[in-house]
Amino acid sequence: MSGHVSPKSMYFTIFGALMFFTALTVGVAFVDLGHLNFPVALAIAITKATLVILFFMHVIHSSRLTKLIVATGFFFLLILFGLTMTDYLTRGIQPNGQKGSMITQH
Amino acid sequence: MVQQKESVTLGMWVFLAQEVMFFGGLFMAYLLYRVWYPAAWAEGSQELDVMLGGINTVVLIGSSLTMAFAVRCAQLGQNKATRNWLLLTLVLGLVFVVIKGFEYYHKFEMHHIPGADFVFHGPNADQIQIFLSLYFMMTGLHALHMLIGFGILAWIAGMAHKGRFSPEYYSHVEMAGLYWHFVDIVWIFLFPLLYLVDRVHHVG
Repeated sequence: MSGHVSPKSMYFTIFGALMFFTALTVGVAFVDLGHLNFPVALAIAITKATLVILFFMHVIHSSRLTKLIVATGFFFLLILFGLTMTDYLTRGIQPNGQKGSMITQH
Repeated sequence: MVQQKESVTLGMWVFLAQEVMFFGGLFMAYLLYRVWYPAAWAEGSQELDVMLGGINTVVLIGSSLTMAFAVRCAQLGQNKATRNWLLLTLVLGLVFVVIKGFEYYHKFEMHHIPGADFVFHGPNADQIQIFLSLYFMMTGLHALHMLIGFGILAWIAGMAHKGRFSPEYYSHVEMAGLYWHFVDIVWIFLFPLLYLVDRVHHVG
């Protein structure tokens, strides 16, 4: 229930973790991970957002209905990304399996 | 009372889920153009100041911490402490917006504002204009949310100053907190996506 009062130490711990991940995402951006730089940056951001949602926004103590609404928002975001990208990224592909002229340039 | 609290929280989260979709359209545009024009994204990102962006990240997460303490004090019925934490949150938010203002002004001086006055040399100039358009749209919409947040914080701080809140009645503070943390989360994504695209290679 929303009446749950968390100890101060919990907030400081989460804040410390968020600072750690901020430093990590800056540091790792200057290291060459090839194609992994983008996924790693995203993974760190998602981790930070999850910490904020669960502990600063008290979702961990919320009802299951509230948790469902929270998850729904992000679920529909993934549908938006997923369906749009499957469209745009497959537009140049011909039925014979060969990659045709990409229509992405201008 | 329990049911009222539940519906307030639920309603706020429905609003925030809508906000996720609101920002989601811009993130979608960002993702697609990043996949299409990776070189322009790498080069455009170098134009942004990692130091200022990083400082703003620390400031904004810090303001989320003070906001969390404001809610905690409201839960305990400590009106004075609630007011002080809210005002500290407001000050940190102002610091963020002022730093953002300096960044915008620098872009203005460089003629990096997309539009008729846009000047950028190199083969990727057109695509970098798209990157900077998204930069201004996304950070601008985020900054607009912060400005609205200032109004909410000032209003709630005024209520706390009058001693309106008690352990049974503090939904205003909690909902303002949810809004503020959401704005923080948007920035948590904007910072790496805009400032840290490809810092390994020194292009351009």
